[in-house]
Amino acid sequence: MTAPTAPARKAPSTQSPPHPPGAASRTRRRTRWNGWLFVLPALAVYGFFVLRPLLTTFQYSLYHWDGIGPSQWAGLDNYRTVLTDPDLLGIIGHAFVLIVFFSFVPVVLGLLVASLIHRVSTGPLGTAARTVLFLPQVIPLVAAGIAWSWVLSTTGMVNQVLDAVGLGRYSRAWLGEFDTALPAVGIIGAWVMLGLCTILLVTGMSKIDPALFEAARIDGAGAVREFFAVTLPSLRREIGICLTVTIIAALASFDIVYISTSGGPGTATTVPGLEIYRLAFAQRQVGLASALAVVLMLLVLICVLPIQRLSREGK
Amino acid sequence: MYEGTTPRTAVPRPLRVLPAVLLPLALLGAACSAPGSGAPAAGPGETAVSTSLGTGKVTLQMYAETGFPLAKALADEFTRQHPNVTFKVREDQFTVLVENAPRVLAGDNPPDVIRLPTMVDLVKDGLLKDLDPYADAYGWDTFPAAQLAQLRVDKAGQRGAGPLYGVGLGYSVTGVFYHKDLAKKAGMTRPPATVAEFEDLLARAKRAGVQPIVQFNKNTAGVNFPYQALQNQFTDPAGVNAWIFQKNGATFDTPASLKAARTIEKWAKAGYFTKDANAMDYTTMVGDFTEGRGLFMFNGDWESANLDTKMPGDAGFFLFPGERPGARHVAMSSPNTFGVGARSKHPNEAAFFLNWLHTDPKARRILVDVGGSSPGGPADLPVPQAEQGTLLASTLAASQRLAAENGAVDFTANATGSIFASAITPELQKLIVGQQTPEGYVKAVQKEYEKELSR
Repeated sequence: MTAPTAPARKAPSTQSPPHPPGAASRTRRRTRWNGWLFVLPALAVYGFFVLRPLLTTFQYSLYHWDGIGPSQWAGLDNYRTVLTDPDLLGIIGHAFVLIVFFSFVPVVLGLLVASLIHRVSTGPLGTAARTVLFLPQVIPLVAAGIAWSWVLSTTGMVNQVLDAVGLGRYSRAWLGEFDTALPAVGIIGAWVMLGLCTILLVTGMSKIDPALFEAARIDGAGAVREFFAVTLPSLRREIGICLTVTIIAALASFDIVYISTSGGPGTATTVPGLEIYRLAFAQRQVGLASALAVVLMLLVLICVLPIQRLSREGK
Repeated sequence: MYEGTTPRTAVPRPLRVLPAVLLPLALLGAACSAPGSGAPAAGPGETAVSTSLGTGKVTLQMYAETGFPLAKALADEFTRQHPNVTFKVREDQFTVLVENAPRVLAGDNPPDVIRLPTMVDLVKDGLLKDLDPYADAYGWDTFPAAQLAQLRVDKAGQRGAGPLYGVGLGYSVTGVFYHKDLAKKAGMTRPPATVAEFEDLLARAKRAGVQPIVQFNKNTAGVNFPYQALQNQFTDPAGVNAWIFQKNGATFDTPASLKAARTIEKWAKAGYFTKDANAMDYTTMVGDFTEGRGLFMFNGDWESANLDTKMPGDAGFFLFPGERPGARHVAMSSPNTFGVGARSKHPNEAAFFLNWLHTDPKARRILVDVGGSSPGGPADLPVPQAEQGTLLASTLAASQRLAAENGAVDFTANATGSIFASAITPELQKLIVGQQTPEGYVKAVQKEYEKELSR
């Protein structure tokens, strides 16, 4: 953790300068700029590869441009399109549906699984469970997408299982039908995110002072009570991180969708990430794509900043 | 962290982040002008048109479609005959190629020979070489005019007339492949002679427990093959071509398009398409067809050589029939188009290659054997024969028949740069599961078309 920084922020006038004023300010100035000198290489890389593209994206969003030929000034036209076009709004809506699958499901399930693992964490069972759960994190998302599209196909495992238990009438092309495609994509995402959340939460739980659990038990709390009174409040930070990471993954999802459904059927699973790519490279509307990208970035910030704030409160 | 060891508060806090803001702004400075204003001009200086290959060593950059060995086979044969010319072939999937083509052509090292996706946008941006001087020099006027017409783009961006911007590596034809064993099961004794007969076969297959059509419809609408096959029969193909070539006043919203959409809807409701067509990609479709999971597959002759290998003697091919017996055949048939980059460093050699593949006997043989398509080129040159009884022989015969009946239509998917991705594909996916009406389909495609033309 960082050292308290308050004293350093006091005005210099409250401190007695050890050197004559002029020399002191020179030293201070030099030290100040020396600091920047250390940061400069990283800042240059960050500026060139992150901030510059960000600013050019914003610049492009103000033009009608096909990516090659001359561009035309569009002002806020592209933003107006993003915020009024029913198709684009629907696509943004899909990202919010995915938040339920990518964020809430893994966090809730992750809490459940993590508390189970936490109880057996010392044995080999705990290690095995952790390894298995973390596996999705090491598998490339593209491979996961392909594997899941086999599992969910009409002849895939899900339908085979349904047939085997006599529920064959419910079998269907999960990724190919309008009403099931988005939830099916969501489930793939939930599977990918569950491992990350669980591992983070298990780590968080292992940091909780055992005395707290003991105290709760002495007070007669059962496993459920213990979970809500001790575990959950202590995991505030970890849950915050899980939600932040998974919400960003949901809003910015691209690879899973691209591989498993390509945004179809119709536009049932098209998400902003995929649409930005399509607008820019297939439809060659770089301006509109950039405007959607800027809006998406703002949406991510709007969703994630409050979580950051809430998860820090009380610390 | 060592915060607080240095008193650094002489500058107000907001100002301390000044460098962090100024640096990227400075970096942005270079890119401050409007995007695209520095677009590349014509090229590294015009090269004089010549039909001589010369003897100097030349490496031609070729950008082709992956999964089709034709371009590479032709390049290898060319190098064998002309050892001073070698090829550097880069391959990508067609969708990737479509997306990359503009940037690759505008880049510093543009390809000399490139498989062209839709060409109007590329011509508008000045990225393709006008091949008319070469057409004159090589005498391509002996090619059937219809063969080159769809590769012409005029100043207004309309196809069908104006300068020539490409030629074909083989001229494909589409139709219906059928599985012979399943056809017997469905009681099919000969290819259908009318649309009604075809529909009757579909119904009989369904009754016999045979999947009537196996057709992909996932990332790109494969159902557009049967859709356009129907649309072609219900109207004068010139009208369909006019729409594809962006002729003034042409519309998709016609009775023929609507009738085709209604037929597709009817077929979908009757279960003639596989239940998971919307989740099926092209490769799966071809795999399922070879394994006998469906009677019919709407596809093009580019698969004949492959099917001859995978299921020798088990598959047949016919051109989709008209409404009345004996009606002239109309089918989607378009060249496997290649063009020359406007900034190509070796346009003469590239044009020599394009002329060679139309006229050299060995190249024409490769176009048939590897490409599975008619080689095109001068009308008086013989078409190499394929082995009797093969699928290749029947698709070649179909292609010649179509040429004789003048029934070739381009693909509606080629009408604009993104009509396929932004309207045809999603709307057809909706149509076959009842989320879109036939009327709605026709109007949605036309609406997107107008939107794109207005840009």
